[in-house]
Amino acid sequence: MERRTVITGMGWITPLGHDIDAVWKRLLAGESGVAATTLFDAATYPTTFSAQVKDFDPQRFIGAEAWKRHADANRNTQFALAAAELAWRDAGLAGIAAVDPTRVGIYLGGGEGAIDFDNFVDAALAGCRDDAGITIPLDAARWARRAMAILNAIREQEQEPNLPASHLAVRFDARGPNFNTLTACAASTQAIGEATQMIRRGDADVIISGGTHSMIHPLGVTGFNRLTALSTRNECPAKASRPFDRNRDGFVLGEGSGIIILESLDHARNRGADIKAEIIGYGSTADAFRITDIHDRGRGAIAAMRLAMENAGVGIDEIDYISAHGTGTAENDTIETLAIRSLFGDRAPRVPVSSIKSMMGHLIAAAGVVEVITCVLAIRDGVLPPTINYETPDPNCNLDYVPNHARKADVNVVLSNSFGFGGQNDTLVVRRFER
Amino acid sequence: MSRQRRVVVTGIGLATPIGIGAEAYWEALLQKKRGIRAIESFDPSQMAARIGGALPPHNMADYIPKTYRKNNKVMSDDTRIAVVCAHQAALNAGLNTACLIARGEAKGGSNVDPTGFGANIGAGLICADLPELAGALSTAADPATGRFSHARWGREGMTNLTPLWLLKFLPNMLACHVTIVHDAQAPSNTITCGEASSHLAIGEAFRTIARGAADVVICGGAESKMNPMALARPLLFGWLNTADNDRPHHACRPFASDGAGMVASEGGGLAILESLDHARRRGARIYAEVVGFGAAANTHDWRSPDPSGSPVRLAIEAALKDAGVGPAALGLAVPFGCAVPAFDASESLGWRDACGSRLEQVRAVATKGLIGVNGAGSGAIDFATAVLALYRNTVPPSANTHRTHDGCPFRFVQGDPVDANAEYAVTTAFALSGSQTAALVVRKFEE
Repeated sequence: MERRTVITGMGWITPLGHDIDAVWKRLLAGESGVAATTLFDAATYPTTFSAQVKDFDPQRFIGAEAWKRHADANRNTQFALAAAELAWRDAGLAGIAAVDPTRVGIYLGGGEGAIDFDNFVDAALAGCRDDAGITIPLDAARWARRAMAILNAIREQEQEPNLPASHLAVRFDARGPNFNTLTACAASTQAIGEATQMIRRGDADVIISGGTHSMIHPLGVTGFNRLTALSTRNECPAKASRPFDRNRDGFVLGEGSGIIILESLDHARNRGADIKAEIIGYGSTADAFRITDIHDRGRGAIAAMRLAMENAGVGIDEIDYISAHGTGTAENDTIETLAIRSLFGDRAPRVPVSSIKSMMGHLIAAAGVVEVITCVLAIRDGVLPPTINYETPDPNCNLDYVPNHARKADVNVVLSNSFGFGGQNDTLVVRRFER
Repeated sequence: MSRQRRVVVTGIGLATPIGIGAEAYWEALLQKKRGIRAIESFDPSQMAARIGGALPPHNMADYIPKTYRKNNKVMSDDTRIAVVCAHQAALNAGLNTACLIARGEAKGGSNVDPTGFGANIGAGLICADLPELAGALSTAADPATGRFSHARWGREGMTNLTPLWLLKFLPNMLACHVTIVHDAQAPSNTITCGEASSHLAIGEAFRTIARGAADVVICGGAESKMNPMALARPLLFGWLNTADNDRPHHACRPFASDGAGMVASEGGGLAILESLDHARRRGARIYAEVVGFGAAANTHDWRSPDPSGSPVRLAIEAALKDAGVGPAALGLAVPFGCAVPAFDASESLGWRDACGSRLEQVRAVATKGLIGVNGAGSGAIDFATAVLALYRNTVPPSANTHRTHDGCPFRFVQGDPVDANAEYAVTTAFALSGSQTAALVVRKFEE
């Protein structure tokens, strides 16, 4: 018999705030965390807005003394440290000596840290300018002379995608298995799924899991703008993220972190932990189709949901809610809808599906975990978060998207979908905890 | 715990500075062919480290179907290396994937179901193509001040980047291209944990097959450090050898008493892991069995090794326990040995504490003297080395290991290869930036 995996702690740092219940209230009220970008001067970019984390001071979460050790952390690592602190405390693990550190693991879907943009650009421009100041193709020697003088070793190192997981290992003395996955927008869902498998198998008793990411920097926005993946509704940012609406025009870049404490049921019970919910299924597939497009019939998405339900031992009749990937791009929302319809058949119109990306934006590697946290809260409170900005139905998107207003519902078993660029599909099944 | 399936290695694909393909690599290793030389792909004259391990010349058209060639331009070097390794691994395994069938290289029809075929590929922080990005950024310089202008960049500068620019640098693109080319639709993961990535990816693939979530997984890692930004980073961190630019063959000296830093390189490896049943059904050659995986974290610091070596010890202990054996079973040691003295000293201690005096009775292999350190890909090359050594009953010599540091527990082969006579091999890896540490145990295959 495999061991059961439960969630015993949750924390997040999001564009709508940093406290689990306060953010949940705002989500249920249909509030938007999207506004003009202030992290850099984006005024002339095709997209001038994003869902930034606001009023964030990492020291407030871990204390000034402990912060000294992490003072050089990149923005994504700062988010993760704060969210993990909240989750660790929520799990009742702070100050507990009874946990064996070699049995505590970490599995994050952590994005790369933001580039040290000013120094990078300084060196890049120096490498493309001759002695007379004329622009030339990159001269590696000129670049290196400037780069080696101005690039900062620590700032470069803190960009490595495994650094958030490494900071957490040091902070929580977590000496067990330590992983970071970066499967684009599916990363933190995949991290939670793989961590669940590790606990089931007995490779760890406690795993700090989830993700963190910030791509709200000049090259991140540039990259997504060049792909034409972002909404450009600059005249009305709060209305820009509109998953499943006919007039959707792309996703809205968000940032933040969600961390959950996964624990074997026995370990949680033995220490008398408050169990929030159980992860009962995980499915992961690759589209193996195209780099730029989702499989046109949703092959990989269908398989991920089906495998997750098989893994959980639940059927389509038992699913009370689907937390959609629902990015607000034309392609994703159409194909995700198609995949749900294919899998759920006649029942599809009766399964509520919503996307909190309509309010929080898309946290990329961290998107999956904040959605899992909202699934747990939906189960706890018997209420579904809405998809806001849903105004004009799209004939290609014909499901119940919980439009604009939160809704009371009996919620016991939910699916949470995450689909990443390049065809990475991951689905989790979360269930109300029952003995 | 539910009954787990046995997992075997049936194919190895490698791209290293001393050879592309498992056979070429192995022959080069036996002959101590040197892969480190002066960097030629860009002008390194203004950098303190000017040597590296570049791949031998190769043509991407030899590794992908004709219809996929247009995608070559959206691949980073890291992705190209993974795609080369994937082709070599499938060919080596006799696994008739979509790629081999499309290229007319499959003997017989498909022998793998795409829905049972997964990928787990370690990747690094893929560096921007500097000439491309710097060239575009320079168009946004303000003519008056010469300084970068966000306003100019946002208005038109960024249009100098191709629309698909970002896709080149997402770490999961290694796995995405490989899964598309070979039609692998089962679980696909991308582990980004520096030099530990390959070990963690192979370990996770081992678990994925053992629990039945896939029958076949292509796994390992790839990375290129042979570009200016990727070379600058370890140089800034103080890891690169800057003293031996004039004698590249002797520069990278794992576990040496006079170790002076590592040499950066490019390359990678992908192995075909398969459930024993699946391998038998298709009559595959079995190289070895994967029997143990253990992982641990350095909680001392994320910028320097734990001086006690305890993360390496914990990983080895967990992997041996997973394999159901003790250190007395160890027959061959394949440590990471990056040639940065502080890391080597820590690794030596970890191995000594985990395996004790057993290390005095067995042979070890360190590969970095010939091929340097290529980040996320290096572990897969070490894993392949352990597998091939067991399969061929041969321990290759380890270049630049004739004078080891005080307390180094390893017995490396100098001169000619020797018989391995080993049943179990253990290999380790850890992230140089970061906490991640892992060990794998491979066993000579027996029915």
